[in-house]
Amino acid sequence: MTPLLQVKGIEKRYGARIGCADVSFDLFPGEVMGIVGESGSGKSTLLNCMAGHLEPDAGQVIFDTRADGPVDTVTMSEPVRRMLGRTDWAFVHQHARDGLRMSVSAGGNIGERLMAVGDRHYGDIRDRAIDWLGRVEIEESRVDDRPSAFSGGMQQRLQIARNLVTGPRLVFMDEPTGGLDVSVQARLLDLLRGLVREMGLSAIIVTHDLAVVRLLADRLMVMKSGHVVEAGLTDQVLDDPQHAYTQLLVSSVLQV
Amino acid sequence: MNEYNFAYLDEQTKRMIRRAILKGLAVPGYQVPFASREMPMPYGWGTGGVQVSAATLTPEDTFKVIDQGADDTTNAVSIRKFFENTAGVETTEETEKATVIQTRHRIPEAKLREDQIIVYQVPIPEPLRFLEPRETETRKMHSLEEYGLMHVKLYEDISQHGAISTAYAYPVKVLDRYVMDPSPIPKFDNPKLEMDAIQLFGAGREQRIYAVPPHTKVVSLDFEDYPFEATKADHPCDLCGAEDSYLDEVIMDDAGNRMFVCSDTDYCRSRREAGHVGRLVEENTA
Repeated sequence: MTPLLQVKGIEKRYGARIGCADVSFDLFPGEVMGIVGESGSGKSTLLNCMAGHLEPDAGQVIFDTRADGPVDTVTMSEPVRRMLGRTDWAFVHQHARDGLRMSVSAGGNIGERLMAVGDRHYGDIRDRAIDWLGRVEIEESRVDDRPSAFSGGMQQRLQIARNLVTGPRLVFMDEPTGGLDVSVQARLLDLLRGLVREMGLSAIIVTHDLAVVRLLADRLMVMKSGHVVEAGLTDQVLDDPQHAYTQLLVSSVLQV
Repeated sequence: MNEYNFAYLDEQTKRMIRRAILKGLAVPGYQVPFASREMPMPYGWGTGGVQVSAATLTPEDTFKVIDQGADDTTNAVSIRKFFENTAGVETTEETEKATVIQTRHRIPEAKLREDQIIVYQVPIPEPLRFLEPRETETRKMHSLEEYGLMHVKLYEDISQHGAISTAYAYPVKVLDRYVMDPSPIPKFDNPKLEMDAIQLFGAGREQRIYAVPPHTKVVSLDFEDYPFEATKADHPCDLCGAEDSYLDEVIMDDAGNRMFVCSDTDYCRSRREAGHVGRLVEENTA
């Protein structure tokens, strides 16, 4: 089986400082990978390097494209990479405001990716937008409301709908549940888990919330100071942490 | 007279502007940056158009200026006087006789010829500006031909108003490549953008020049199920009876009376001289 994404020796430096270094892993179709670590450990840098938002200083990010098979996305031309970003990839930001157009209605937000890949039939675009609102549990009557009139949880769900409407195969998520209260978080996680299973998505989830990865991720990477210190099956890593930092991380979780 | 250099600007500046114009003509619809000069009129009065006209005019040209179709409004009169004073060129109100026409917000009703140049005054040249405020990002979108966002605006129109309500500055795609703002002309004029004359667009404050060469394909953006429509008020002109021209609505009193009249004053005048009469003229003579 060809991995959907192969990351080989990714390194990003900010001057003399290390953003992330020597990160390598394979992600297979349908697999969800969690990346955890403290603030400043390089998880977001790594995610942005893989999603093409940052240019890594070294390494390869090989994606199994539909047309040409495995291609290194770091060296591919920018138009092709941006096209990939609109079709096969999706990026869910921590703050929905970064991923949405706040002055455009919910329907327009979902439709943007469809129109960007050449859809030119208003009726079809609207039907698909309404269908996706339903899937993320937003009422159809809100289709013409702007995201600024939505609650934080709804905005996040709208962002997810907007990203998944073109049927991507790989979703990058940067703290998708950050800043939401626990009950909304639970609902969002439930929704995400359903969508990931139903659509057979592969996903890479960056978070500092161990509960999120326990629920969503098949595999887990723990990062510290830009390096991967431990990797393995989620349950294995969380139940039997080997590295001192992972042990600290697991024992720091508050119990209710 | 001649305290001024011909057409106010110095020769070096005119050369610089002509280079931008030529580049614009070579890449239709592409916004060419140029070093816009301070002109003796405020921004928003057509400083871009005036600079393009100044670089285009020759002493043999006949110059016409229209503002919203009219030859006799403040903007048109002051720019016409400006070039009478600084260039000493012949001016006219007749579209047929003009070789260079500077316009704000309209294309004349009379069909333009190959030996004519029309210069548009452009306030905001970037069609994506109100959707994407970052210039770096819109430039990238143009260079990579990522124009999905333009349709988001049209989508919003339909979802809010049931039809594409954008009535002016209606976005067009030039030669299957660049999406262009045709300046705030009514969308009624959009089909005329495929014309025989050279079209030059100047934005003074934003420092951009772009152009559409003669006989170039210009397509107004739309949806398959909501096709582009060139709309106008559904009336004949009350002065000349024309049914094919773009109309201005004029409120007559506070009792609900109003009239519709050609916005192109030269077209209306020439029709009346040819003996056509509209509703109000008939009522007054009866």
